[in-house]
Amino acid sequence: MRDVAVIGVGMTRFGELWDRSIRSMGIEAGLGAIQDAGIYSTDLEALYMGNMASGLLIKQEHLAPLIGDFVGMGKLHLPATRIEGADASGGLALRQAYIAVASGLHDIVLVGGVEKMTDVGDARATGIMASAADQEWETFHGATLPSLYAMMARRHIHEFGTTQGMLGSVAVTNHYHGSLNPMAQFQREITMEMALESGIMADPLRMFDCAPLSDGAATLILCPVSRAREFTDKPVKILGSGLATDSLALHDRETITSLAATRIAAQRAYKRAGITFRDVDLAEVHDSFTIGEIMAVEDLGFFESGKGGKAALDGELRIDGSMPINPSGGMKARGFPPGAAGIAQAVEIVHQLRGDADRRQVKDARIGLAQNVGGTGATTVVHIFEVI
Amino acid sequence: MEVPRFWRETRARYNLEGVRCGNCEKVFFPPREVCPDCHRASIGRMEKFKLSGKGEVYSFSTIHSAPDYFKDEVPYIVALIKTDEGPMVTGQIVDWEDGEVQIGTRVESVFRKISEQGKHGIIQYGFKFKAVRRALK
Amino acid sequence: MTEIGIVGYGAYIPGHRIRTGEIARVWGANGEETERNLGIKSKSVPYLDEDTVTISVEAARYALRRCGVDPGRIGAIYTGSESHPYAVKPTSTIVAEAIGATPHLTAADYEFACKAGTAAIQTSMGLVGTGMIEYAIAIGADTSQGAPGDALEYSASAGGAAFVIGREKIIARIDKTYSFTTDTPDFWRREGQRYPSHGGRFTGKPAYFRHILTCAKNLMEIMDTSAKDYQHVVLHQPNGKFPIRAAKQLGFTKEQYETGLLTPTIGNTYSGAVMLGLSAILDVFGPGNRILAVAYGSGAGCDGFDITVTDEMKNYKLDAAPTTASQIQGRKFIDYATYARFRSKIERGGE
Repeated sequence: MRDVAVIGVGMTRFGELWDRSIRSMGIEAGLGAIQDAGIYSTDLEALYMGNMASGLLIKQEHLAPLIGDFVGMGKLHLPATRIEGADASGGLALRQAYIAVASGLHDIVLVGGVEKMTDVGDARATGIMASAADQEWETFHGATLPSLYAMMARRHIHEFGTTQGMLGSVAVTNHYHGSLNPMAQFQREITMEMALESGIMADPLRMFDCAPLSDGAATLILCPVSRAREFTDKPVKILGSGLATDSLALHDRETITSLAATRIAAQRAYKRAGITFRDVDLAEVHDSFTIGEIMAVEDLGFFESGKGGKAALDGELRIDGSMPINPSGGMKARGFPPGAAGIAQAVEIVHQLRGDADRRQVKDARIGLAQNVGGTGATTVVHIFEVI
Repeated sequence: MEVPRFWRETRARYNLEGVRCGNCEKVFFPPREVCPDCHRASIGRMEKFKLSGKGEVYSFSTIHSAPDYFKDEVPYIVALIKTDEGPMVTGQIVDWEDGEVQIGTRVESVFRKISEQGKHGIIQYGFKFKAVRRALK
Repeated sequence: MTEIGIVGYGAYIPGHRIRTGEIARVWGANGEETERNLGIKSKSVPYLDEDTVTISVEAARYALRRCGVDPGRIGAIYTGSESHPYAVKPTSTIVAEAIGATPHLTAADYEFACKAGTAAIQTSMGLVGTGMIEYAIAIGADTSQGAPGDALEYSASAGGAAFVIGREKIIARIDKTYSFTTDTPDFWRREGQRYPSHGGRFTGKPAYFRHILTCAKNLMEIMDTSAKDYQHVVLHQPNGKFPIRAAKQLGFTKEQYETGLLTPTIGNTYSGAVMLGLSAILDVFGPGNRILAVAYGSGAGCDGFDITVTDEMKNYKLDAAPTTASQIQGRKFIDYATYARFRSKIERGGE
């Protein structure tokens, strides 16, 4: 296998992008990455596109060639593939692109993630997001994605003494990070009172425990490390990629206070990278719900089981804390277009490792990790990056 | 949910009919065709097994923001029920009073309307749960 | 002739209640006066996820839990209701599946206003009596509706009961059934109409009273009995007044009619009414008690039953399911706005 590097990144701002279509967002993010990498679209050999639910959201399937065409590659007849794993679609697409380059099949590959959420109303969107859960045995009974995470949160509270304040501190921290990120959907800080007094979505989770449903796209350009310096002075190497799955339904899991898919995907990624969690300087983790971030920092090894909430409350997860998490603002504040979420994580890690993250720059960042979860944890993709 | 997709699982939805592995005797709900522990040894040996509907609350959430088909019932409770026979089951808890449902609350199954496919479509019935109360004399 | 009777029974009444005074308040009527005139203090209201099917299933499950009959031996299920959730598609097949009685049985739904459930009992008696089948389940259940502001809105309520009819281990023998039927349009609902219409005072003398009194008298004449031969009487109860007046005219006393009179607390459960009254009596009174039951259905007709509780009642597992009495009081009183939402009298708009 060849070593693979990220040589270019691009993304749209995330948010309620009323005037943007799925193709226009794809174009902006795609051209941004092509420009950042200093390549021409004719240099590309393949395209991978992560997307969760365009069929349900905008009734458009067959997305990869559509985006490819509008990014200007239509006449190249490039191999273009859409990849779906709920809100882990972006991370999964990255892994497929990584494998394609590592295997020697392709040299220069574009991998993107995109989602257009706001063309449907909130109730429909809630139902569509719940399609990441088991439609016949969870959603059928009225379960929503927030309610499934809420049940995890309740058990976490029950078993470890995690508090609403700890959940809230994840939101407060990520909004603080978002306030430093010009590409974030929410660039305004929130107070703990705002978090704790916001409306209940699915008890015990409140509005500020949930990421918004956003529009947006993000893109990376990959190539073999051996060629990376043709295009950039600061290539970021993909040290490891780990993927693990679990039962779709929560009710089939041994535990719901920890995601087995995250633990195992992380082990696999650490092993391939030849590092341990101690070597990681910062991470972008899946905080579609605040409890998700608390479980992530435990499952990735950064904190002991049951201690993630306290770490958040104590400020350990801030960019100036002992283990900076979600410097971008995370899904909570940067915004959450499900199919683009995993790619946006990688975009942030690349900025941090290149040292161009401006006001939210984590000091001395050399190794970064991205953890992208699908649904309630039936899929987790972990990627580890190092600046070279 | 489309009619055939609902209909095909009627026995499980109405009667909590799961399966028991003929090899290791572990009970599963919803029904599975292969035991995740016994693999090949279980093929063709997964026997029908009806749950009693009794169990206790493992976790739950009161939903205030719901998808279209459930909007009229907010706030409603979705729970994970640890059944007495072993399997964990996702279902709604009905007829609850404030503060009544907690982790560990004993429940039993009831038969209710789960959702309707609009005014013209079929009505989908199935199991829900309610807290076991002392019978009024 | 083979003895036929009740082998098991179960009752289900939804837990929500609305007071007569609350309905009166909304329509500018005098609550106390309305309560007095109708003899109804409150009525049961189904929750959004309860309907005739769910009531029927729960009642049938309760019945089977108590009598222990193997669902596979049930040869017929008939559900009587004027509020079947589907205009076309049987309630009884859903009940059959939900109690595990499928597929070797016959099933059908009945409609005869408030006596569709007792019609189901009679059909069951025929099939069981001739030996065509071993057991049948007859259900009377309704989630009836009165138009907003109409007099029926104070009474139309929800509930039902299921009776397992068989030849063995009979806990209450049906000594005789007799019906009296004419074409009397006192109450009806046309196809596609949401709420029923009625003939006002015409529902009284030529309809309810004529049929109830004639049916009861004829049955007692056939059986060569009079009111004093029965410990209990249960008559159809569209309100709290009619059944008392009819019972008195037939020579019955308060002690005889009070146990089976549920309408003052739960309203008129239509097809469920006499069957729930009967189940309330069977819950309490043991072997040797004799009951006269007469159901009335608008349109019009009456089914009368002469029933005697047997010694087998001592072995009946009453405690295996909630009693009728335990469900009478209800769990939660609601206001008219909530009631209107539960009954789809107001619906969410906007999308």
